[in-house]
Amino acid sequence: MGLALPLAGLVAAQDDPRRKARPQPNDRLVFARGDRQGQPIMLADLPAGGPLLTAYPMDPTAKVVRDDSRLNQILLVRLDPSRLNGDTRERAADGVVAYSAVCTHTGCDTWDWQPESSTIKCPCHFSEFDLKESARVMNGPAPRRLPALPLKVVDGALAVAGGFVGRPGFEAGG
Amino acid sequence: MSAKKLASLGFVILVALGPAMLNAQSTVSYTSVTEQRLLNPEPQNWLMYRGSFNGWGYSPLDQVTPANVKKLVPVWTFSTGVNEGHQSPPIVNNGVMFVTTPQQQVIALNAKTGDLIWRYKKDLPEDLLQLHPTNRGVALLGDRVYMATVDAHVIALDARTGAVVWDTTVEDYKKGYYFTLAPLIAKGKVMVGTSGGELGIRGYIAALDAADGKPAWKTYTIPGPGEPGHDTWPGETWKTGGVSVWLTAHYDPDLNLSFWGTGNAAPWMGDMRPGDNLYSSSVLALDVDTGKIRGYHQYHWNDSWDWDEVSTPLLIDFPKDGRTVKGLVHPGRNGYLWRLERRADGIKFVDARPFVTQEVFTKLDPVTGRPSYNEERKPRAGASVTFCPGLWGGKDWTPASYNPKTKYLYIPANENLCSTLVGQAKPDPYEPGKLYLGIDRPKTTMSWRQGASHIGELQAWDMTTGQRVWTHKFPFQNWGPILTTGGGLVFLGGTNDRNFWAFDAKTGAELWKFKTNSGITGVPSSFAIDGVQYIAVQSGWGVDAQRMQARLDTFRGTKTEVPQGGVIWVFALKD
Ligand code: FES
Repeated sequence: MGLALPLAGLVAAQDDPRRKARPQPNDRLVFARGDRQGQPIMLADLPAGGPLLTAYPMDPTAKVVRDDSRLNQILLVRLDPSRLNGDTRERAADGVVAYSAVCTHTGCDTWDWQPESSTIKCPCHFSEFDLKESARVMNGPAPRRLPALPLKVVDGALAVAGGFVGRPGFEAGG
Repeated sequence: MSAKKLASLGFVILVALGPAMLNAQSTVSYTSVTEQRLLNPEPQNWLMYRGSFNGWGYSPLDQVTPANVKKLVPVWTFSTGVNEGHQSPPIVNNGVMFVTTPQQQVIALNAKTGDLIWRYKKDLPEDLLQLHPTNRGVALLGDRVYMATVDAHVIALDARTGAVVWDTTVEDYKKGYYFTLAPLIAKGKVMVGTSGGELGIRGYIAALDAADGKPAWKTYTIPGPGEPGHDTWPGETWKTGGVSVWLTAHYDPDLNLSFWGTGNAAPWMGDMRPGDNLYSSSVLALDVDTGKIRGYHQYHWNDSWDWDEVSTPLLIDFPKDGRTVKGLVHPGRNGYLWRLERRADGIKFVDARPFVTQEVFTKLDPVTGRPSYNEERKPRAGASVTFCPGLWGGKDWTPASYNPKTKYLYIPANENLCSTLVGQAKPDPYEPGKLYLGIDRPKTTMSWRQGASHIGELQAWDMTTGQRVWTHKFPFQNWGPILTTGGGLVFLGGTNDRNFWAFDAKTGAELWKFKTNSGITGVPSSFAIDGVQYIAVQSGWGVDAQRMQARLDTFRGTKTEVPQGGVIWVFALKD
């Protein structure tokens, strides 16, 4: 009997549509992995100039983390606001920029951070994106930029100001 | 078998009836493919990945010869509509051609006219990760066409209409499992092997019943607890040890054995999983009825170079010490040309020698073939190590070819390349579906040996003497799968200049080339209709050829543009 309830709870959690929904305005951002997985990310957790952090959005009232879709992974890094282009600066919160963490080429979600240029490189087929300039594709096979995510700061914590600008993930094409 | 039992084996089956994505523009009668026909394919047809179970990539057709090949011209082309690496052979059964493309399309065409018969396109999950956006071809049996997909399904289509007959989910793609290979079909079974060695899978080979897609057997490429070889993996490393299967097995019907090449162990640094790590970088002999392992040969133990031994050895019989050896011949990614003996009781080492500069092996055991290593050249945790050949090896997945008339083996090789790998002090923790390499990725580089004059090579080796007879050099890399013909020719693409090449099989003389739309990494095939011999290939650059190009450009400070987009090309002699 002791086992049955938690199992049922688990199944319900897996089917929760809130966990699959894309980031919504006012969602908080939480650590996607590591020791502080699931805890809110504060502005102070992001040192200027990197490194990258990976986050999931969390429904702020129900405290449901939207981690049931790989496409909800969000890349965060804090850059010098004076070096950001117009759109990027508008979407940033105190220099913190956010993008979909899923490569628009064929969907990898591991990144190599290049601090000198504030760019990231996808190790799968070497596409490079400029995080200062709306994640413009600089090199490689990716067909389009990474969707940006507008941010704000609420009580020192990072929060979502609006949905992804564009659809996250790859396109099968053809 | 009950649904519960099926689920416990990890298979989900969905039977979908009715037409898939159909676009019938041409109708042509279809000839059923019997097992008998697969055992003895007619010269005018190309019924499986390498044309025949022995894996030779040989067409007996002899209309196109060194004397007339200059008159080869395209007779039709067909745009696939997608980018990325087009690696599958045009497979032809009595006038009907089947081609697969990246993003999991199967295109059926009238092989003579190029008219579309039908097109199937799999609806791929939006959160799919495709480390290798490709597909290496269909398999045929009866009136069906079989494909293994990049989201880990195996699908049977009606050969006449493209309608889905069955669709089996073999594995959860979210855990990093996927298929790139064309299935092997023998004795009513569809056999496939899993990719995902860079994502920390535990590889396996699975057989499904060709009739209904139900699982028949499943054999892991990493032995589990209690199985022989399990002790070659410390602790829990066997659970995430990789050992993918990337290419179609070859099959010896007399021995009832299928031979599978296996990939690298994961993560990449050998000292993160001390031991031989069976059956990584090996060839496995599997009984096709039961999936039981009847023998193996591990080319190199405790792989640390990302040297997948992905290619399947060719079944070639060769003379040695006064007798005929029923052989397995494998030009390895580790840069050695391996000759083994295939027997009912296992696989035996015969001989091996380097076919490109190899600075890692110091010697081979003369009896077992087990190499000793120069430890300085073995990548490890917390160190930077440079080695040659580099991580793409002396030859990657691109199939070699054997011509029974010349008795030469043709190898698409890359010489003079080296890699530098920097091992992490400790691998990042394993996470399902994520890269699991154990390397400091940004520090991975490629270089070429000082004074190198070229990279790509087409090599011919005489299997009667075991000696190299000729080499054609290409300035840059060669990623060209090979076709050889009864007319005495060798065809391949593989170069970044978009050319499709023909060479004299006997002398190695360059006889013909043709610039296509993109770079060619497709497997060429040959077939005949109404007495006309055709040569067919897909052009469409991508995946590892493209990755190597990016590495070379970084090293050289260049930017090489190889245009993308897939096109099927079919050539014949101009009257
Ligand atoms: S998935 Fe990122 S470059 Fe291919």
